[in-house]
Amino acid sequence: MRGVRTFKRWRAREAVTRPPPSMPHNEGVSADLASSETPAPPAPKRRRGLSSLEALALILVFGLTARPGLTDLFAAPAAQAWAARFVAVCVQAFPFLVLGVALSAAIAAFVPADFFHRAVPKRTALAVPVAGVAGAVLPACECASVPVAGALVRRGVAPAAAFTFMLASPAINPIVVISTFVAFPGNPQMVAARVCASLLAAVTIGWLWARLGKTEWLRLPRHRHHDDGKWAAFWAAIRHDFLHAGGYLVIGAAIAASLNTLVPETWLAPIADDPVLGVLALAVLAVLVSICSESDAFVAASLTQFSPTAKLAFMVVGPFIDVKLAAMQAGTFGRGFAARFAPAAFIAAVAAAVLMGAVWL
Amino acid sequence: MRRDAQAVILLLVGGGMLRLAWTGDYLDYVKPYAFWLIVPAGILLVAVAAITGVQAWHDKHADDDDGHGHGDPKVAWLLLAPVVGMLLVAPDALGSYEAERTGTVVGAEEGRSNYPELPDDVDPVPLTLLDYAARAIFDEGRTLEGHRIQLRGFILYDGDEPQLARMVVSCCAADARPVKIGFDWASTSGGAAGDLEPDQWVEVVGEYSPRQGRDEINGELVPYIEVESITPIDAPDNEYQ
Repeated sequence: MRGVRTFKRWRAREAVTRPPPSMPHNEGVSADLASSETPAPPAPKRRRGLSSLEALALILVFGLTARPGLTDLFAAPAAQAWAARFVAVCVQAFPFLVLGVALSAAIAAFVPADFFHRAVPKRTALAVPVAGVAGAVLPACECASVPVAGALVRRGVAPAAAFTFMLASPAINPIVVISTFVAFPGNPQMVAARVCASLLAAVTIGWLWARLGKTEWLRLPRHRHHDDGKWAAFWAAIRHDFLHAGGYLVIGAAIAASLNTLVPETWLAPIADDPVLGVLALAVLAVLVSICSESDAFVAASLTQFSPTAKLAFMVVGPFIDVKLAAMQAGTFGRGFAARFAPAAFIAAVAAAVLMGAVWL
Repeated sequence: MRRDAQAVILLLVGGGMLRLAWTGDYLDYVKPYAFWLIVPAGILLVAVAAITGVQAWHDKHADDDDGHGHGDPKVAWLLLAPVVGMLLVAPDALGSYEAERTGTVVGAEEGRSNYPELPDDVDPVPLTLLDYAARAIFDEGRTLEGHRIQLRGFILYDGDEPQLARMVVSCCAADARPVKIGFDWASTSGGAAGDLEPDQWVEVVGEYSPRQGRDEINGELVPYIEVESITPIDAPDNEYQ
C-alpha cells in the first residue's frame, strides 16, 4: 500500500516539467530528480561532507565515551543545580509542547480551511474579544498555545485574534483559575483580578496588533505541502513543529535555569516595600523564571514580602511573556515579531495588573 | 538535517522521557502527577520517530533531503542538550546548596484558616515540614503542644548552625524553594550537631519549641523543634514536597 503510494508520487514528480539538469540555486530538487530518474548510485550526493545522521552518530559516540568526564564537569554543586533546573524545565514543558504541537497539527491537517472563516467573526475588532474568551477552553500552559496560535494564523485566522487567543488561553483557563483559587485561600478577589487583568491585556494586545501590526513582521516557518493524505501531513507537522519549537524551548530553558541559579534572591528583599518597584520587580521576575502558568500562583503566594498588586503582576506577566516563551515566539513567528511583541505584551500585562489591582485588591 | 537524523533525535527525546518515568528519576525534576503527562508525550514522540524512520526508509530513493532547505530546523540539534542532561548527566534533586541560597517558603501557608487537631493515638505524629512550620508560626503551635512530632528532611547549614530543610516544588524543580526548621537542643546535649553532614537525610523526633528565628535571606520566620533524637535515613524517592 505504502510502496504503491510512494511510487505514484514518484511518477507524479517525474511528470512535472523538468528543470535543466543543473540548477545551481535549487540543488536539492535537481539532485532529487536526478536520483529518481537514473538508477545511478546515490554515492555522489553523500560526498558533500558529513551528513547529519553521521554527525549525530559521532556526537552520540562521543557523548557515551565522555560520560565520566561529563559527570566530573557537572560535579560542582552550582553546575548540578543548573543541570537539574534545565532538565526540570524541559521535562515539565515537553509534554505540553507535544500537546500543543499535536493540536496544531490536527488543526492544520483535519480542520477544513473554511471552518475558521465561518467560526470567527468577520470584523477583527469583534473577533479579538471572542478569541480571548475562547482561550478559556484550552486547558494547557503557554508552551502549548504558541504552536496552536501558529496553526491558526496559517489557517487564515486574523493574527490579532490568534495572538489574543495565544495570550488568553494559558492565563485564564480552568486549571489556572482553580490553582489560583487554591493558592490564595479565602481571597477570591485575587482570582477575579487575575482573570480580568489577563483578559483585558490580551484583548488590548489583539486590538493593538489589528491597528498597528504589520504582516511582514511575521515569518512563519513554511510547511511543505503533502500529497500523501491527511495523516502524512499530520505526522509531518508534529515532527517539524516539535523539532522547531522544541529547539527554541531548549534555549529558553537554558536561560531560565541560568538566571534562576545565578541571580541571588537577596536582591528582591530591599525593594519589596516600595509599591512601584515591588510591582516592577515581580513583573521582571516572572519574565526571568519562566514558570508554567498552571503553578505560578503558588510561587506568587509564597512571595509574601510583596504587595498583592505585585503578586498579581507576577501572575499576569508570566503567562504573557517570559524568556522561554520569547524564544518560542521568535521560532514560531520570527525574530522581528518577537522583538516587538515581547515589550508590548510586558507593558500591557503590567498596566492591566496595576489597573485591576486598584479595582479589586 | 536529514529525516532519519530527525527520527533519531525524536526517539532520543521521547525515549529519554520514558526512561525517566520508568526509573522514577522524574521525581527529581517534576511533581508526581507529571508522570501522566510524561508517559503519553514520550510514547507519542517515539511513535512520530518510528513513522518518520519508516517514511525515510521508504522514500530513500525518492528524496534524500527533507524540505529543500526550508524549515528543516537546524535549531533541532539543541534538543540533544536535554537528552544529554536526562541520560548522561542525570543531575540529582536540588539539595542543601540551593536551600542555603533561597529564603524559606513558609509564608505561602499564611492564609490557612484551620489547623486540624493531631491524632492522639499516633506517637510520634509524622508531619511534613511545611505543615509543622505553618502550625508553629501562624497558629503559635497550639495544635502541636502535647505531641511528639516526627519530621523528615535533609540537613543544611545556616552559618555554623545545622537546620532541617525540605524543598517545596509547585511545578518543576526550577521553582523549588526550601522550608527550613531550626534545631532546639534544650533537652539534649547538642553534641549530635557536629556529626551532621549537609544533604544527609534525617528523621527528627521531638516536640514543639516556641523558639523562632529569622531567615536572613528573605526575613521570614523559621520555627524550631526541640530535638529528642536525630536518625540518618536514606533519601526518599520523592525528595520534594
